Amino acid sequence: MSAVDTPVVELVGVDAAYRERVVLSGIDLSIAPGERVAIVGPNGAGKSSLLRVVTGTLRPSAGRVTLDGDPVERLDRMAIARRLAVVPQAGALPFAARVEEVVGLGRLAHEDPFRGHRPADRAAIAAAIERVGVGGLLGRDARELSLGERQLVLLAMAVAQAAPVLVLDEPTVHLDLRHQVETMDLLVDLNRRDGTTIVAVLHDLGLAAHFFPRLVLMAHGRIVADGAPDNVLVDDRIREVFGVDPAFVRRSGGQTGVSAIDGVPASR
Amino acid sequence: MATRTEVLGAPLARTGPLERVRSRPAILLGGSVVALFVVLILGVALGSVAVAPADTVAILAHRLLGLDLGATWTPAAETIVMDLRLPRVLAAMVVGLGLAVAGVTFQGILRNPLADPYVLGTASGAALGAAIAVLIPIRIALLGFGLVQVLAFVGALLAVTVVYRFSRTGTLAPLTSLLLTGYAVGSLLAAGLAMTMYLSGTNLRQIFYYLLGGFEGTSWSQVLLTAPIILLATIAILARARSLNGFLLGEETAAHLGVDVRRERAILLGLASLITAAAVSISGLIGFVGLVVPHVVRLVVGPNARWVLPLSAIIGASLLAAADLVARLAGGIPVGVVTAIIGAPFFLVLLRRARTGYEL
Repeated sequence: MSAVDTPVVELVGVDAAYRERVVLSGIDLSIAPGERVAIVGPNGAGKSSLLRVVTGTLRPSAGRVTLDGDPVERLDRMAIARRLAVVPQAGALPFAARVEEVVGLGRLAHEDPFRGHRPADRAAIAAAIERVGVGGLLGRDARELSLGERQLVLLAMAVAQAAPVLVLDEPTVHLDLRHQVETMDLLVDLNRRDGTTIVAVLHDLGLAAHFFPRLVLMAHGRIVADGAPDNVLVDDRIREVFGVDPAFVRRSGGQTGVSAIDGVPASR
Repeated sequence: MATRTEVLGAPLARTGPLERVRSRPAILLGGSVVALFVVLILGVALGSVAVAPADTVAILAHRLLGLDLGATWTPAAETIVMDLRLPRVLAAMVVGLGLAVAGVTFQGILRNPLADPYVLGTASGAALGAAIAVLIPIRIALLGFGLVQVLAFVGALLAVTVVYRFSRTGTLAPLTSLLLTGYAVGSLLAAGLAMTMYLSGTNLRQIFYYLLGGFEGTSWSQVLLTAPIILLATIAILARARSLNGFLLGEETAAHLGVDVRRERAILLGLASLITAAAVSISGLIGFVGLVVPHVVRLVVGPNARWVLPLSAIIGASLLAAADLVARLAGGIPVGVVTAIIGAPFFLVLLRRARTGYEL
């Protein structure tokens, strides 16, 4: 990180809790523009809570969170949406909605409040559909799609939001192997070509280590390691944090071996 | 994918007339405005004493627009048109418009396709208010509003307020909590209504009449007092169509897309409740318009609230005025019965679809 760049996302001494249950304690995290950061850790480590604090949907009980140097609690939702796009988990849709209509929701913070999409919005929607490769799904009711397809549509929606920071919570969870790798490649491409900062919670340590130059490892609401994959995913730490034999982690992914995606040219 | 599509029912048509309308909802809006005027003319012209449509148009043009179309008519026809039928038709239109808009809003915010304007307790609040008003031996009349209308309005708003306050437990008032609180408060009020009806004696018929809903004897002053409330609240909701769209994928995603969820939810629920309260105060409880119209519109134009709201408003207005006309021509049966006879089968079909198409 260069010293002159204001971090796009910065957390200093952040604690957070749902009522009595503490989910984050003493989080310090600084993400520079153009970084690609994967947040990893076991279930209940506080990864999603960390994202919710970053996106302003969970208010910290202590510490401060800034986006581009501005305290997140002083930004309204529209301002946050223009700085930070979040890929939601595939959920239920109450009404029929076409794929392009769902992707179009990504323009909410940009469109005319009364007349809706303008040409620039339509261009951004078309570009996002092209980029994520969901053109084949146009005209389909999003409720008829498989969970994996829906996940890609929601990714396209967040891409259409055209924010400098893209936040993802388990973006590959419903995807088959090919789509997992394609999604990762897309994130790398968005990062390299557009300079989009990527912050993703990932369960798959193999994907994380392969596609992300920086890993943040969390456990019990704290950050226990932060750095290059090889420095974060060391044997003792894996044994301690995940409670499994590191050899197993390595076999299914892990620091250097990425057996799960063998045969795929490394994009790193 | 093909098998999945088959299992879940036919995909949305990609060609054909439905598709053409969907890509150009403006055509549909134009068509429904024309339908609205046709219903207006028919609604005023037809009845126990028919006034020729040409005379009806001439009277309306003369009295409302100051135009002289060169036609002549009897003073009796003018009285029927202006004093009896026009306020009734306009009341049905305003109420139909309001219920449809409130339905779109409640369904959108609660993300529940089976929500209607009465889902948060407005109906039971209004019913109890009206029933109590019937039992109170004081007769007041202010600008055409009796105690029944006033207490129905107050009861509806009170019920929604109680439901909303009670449901707000955590930081984000969860929608499930809102729906369940609405159900619980509704049940309590329904018990109160049952008790009131039990105690009402000879007034039972009057309470019953209110519960069935209708526009018998609607006065100009009732229309002129409720129409501004309903129309202004509708415009305010229309101006927030963007927020309503944001709720399609849930509250958390709405926030990420740029919607101030807590504020917009409170404003939209408040406006829709105000509309519902104003509507039930003059019409009693009329079901299905607020539930069915938004679904029909969504089936044709998709989920975009910028089109669903105005289209539902116009179609809801036409539909309820048409239902009231049918009710009148059928010898004065309550309009609530007509909408239920049309609406209930439609609702059943919708429920059948719900097993496959809707995810609740």
